[in-house]
Amino acid sequence: MIKVNGLHKKFGKLHVLNGIDIEINKGEVVVVIGPSGSGKSTFLRCLNLLEHPTDGEIIFEGVSITSKHNDINKQRQKMGMVFQQFNLFPHLSVLENITLAPRKLKKLSKEEAEKKAFDLLKRIGLEEKANNYPGQLSGGQKQRIAIVRALAMSPDVMLFDEPTSALDPEMVGEVLDVMKKLASEGMTMVVVTHEMGFAKEVGTRVIFMDEGRILEENTPEELFGNPRNARTREFLSKIL
Amino acid sequence: MDFSWIGQYYPYFIAGTVNTIVLAFFTVLFGVLIGIVVALMKISKNRLLKFVASAYIEFIRGTPLVVQISIVFYGLPVKFPEITFLGMEMERFIPGIIALSINSGAYVAEIFRAGIQAIDKGQTEAARSLGLTQAMAMRYVILPQAIRNILPALGNEFVVVIKESSIVYIIGIAELMFSSSIVRGATYRALEPLLLTAVIYFILTFTLSKFLGIAERRMRAGD
Repeated sequence: MIKVNGLHKKFGKLHVLNGIDIEINKGEVVVVIGPSGSGKSTFLRCLNLLEHPTDGEIIFEGVSITSKHNDINKQRQKMGMVFQQFNLFPHLSVLENITLAPRKLKKLSKEEAEKKAFDLLKRIGLEEKANNYPGQLSGGQKQRIAIVRALAMSPDVMLFDEPTSALDPEMVGEVLDVMKKLASEGMTMVVVTHEMGFAKEVGTRVIFMDEGRILEENTPEELFGNPRNARTREFLSKIL
Repeated sequence: MDFSWIGQYYPYFIAGTVNTIVLAFFTVLFGVLIGIVVALMKISKNRLLKFVASAYIEFIRGTPLVVQISIVFYGLPVKFPEITFLGMEMERFIPGIIALSINSGAYVAEIFRAGIQAIDKGQTEAARSLGLTQAMAMRYVILPQAIRNILPALGNEFVVVIKESSIVYIIGIAELMFSSSIVRGATYRALEPLLLTAVIYFILTFTLSKFLGIAERRMRAGD
């Protein structure tokens, strides 16, 4: 579904991504772990071109999205993204947050878009918050709404950029539950996270990144149980 | 103090007030339109647009309004239509509004630019990640939030426009300041007509401030 070839990203002199090659298949839940500054968020943000790679190619569903002639807005509709800071639109109600993109891009009528939004809100148990504004929600609720907002575009893949890192500990669970449910329904996911429990339980593949490279990738059982790279071992021993 | 002339000359002040309001209204309208466009130019990635916007803003802010008005009225080789509409001489009103709008636009542009840049980058990223174009993100996500934030500064600029519009009396537009000078000439009294003019300006600006305050509170209510 996503194929990445020789991805490099430089910010000025800083070489953040140093040659990433990976293929992500339909239905996979790829969990990206690594120390901060390892380039894992930048890697994720390159996948939908929020960061433009300095070099390399990304192919999504057969289309080279890094090609100059490509209109990335088309593929972004198929790639949902969830941010650490939620980034809900504070001037719009929950319902408007969710229906904005489907109405403007898919030309759904207000009724169709709202019906779909309510169906999604019901799945996360927040339909009674439809007319609230983001400022009236808890962090966990905001992030669940943000996930639903991305899902409203019926994406083929969901990108999660440290979705629980800005949450109070007691709210992490409710967000992870939504993500687990999504994974169990077969959604293709790429998740940058520090939640090792989630990686073990839900991940189909775990990637360890450091200094802009993929140092190790394996099933969660193998990577956590029997890490081969010295740096992976060092990282895991610090956090587990 | 002698205000006995009011009975005879008040129509000048009514006409002057109406003309001041008309001038300020169109200046604010065109000033905001110019301001939004110039602000978007200044934050765009296109270097030429950026340069044009910066040059315009710097030039307008660095030169006196009275010079700008004189340039447009006396200096430009343009013939403005000599029509009088509801007592307003268009060959003076049009260049007056053009000059005032160009002037106000530069200040409004800076207000909008600051307001847009104050919105968290994550808002644009979230909008773009959904597939919205840059223009859609600006229109539906960034500008509504920016306008809410800049309303106080924008309101202040509207008040400034009402006051600064008095300068167009030098090109013979029959607004409030012009009226007071006519009455001064006719009655040989300087202080009283000017005091009345000041009071009328104050009522205009004070009323506007109050209305903007209400509008601001209404918009905040959504938070």
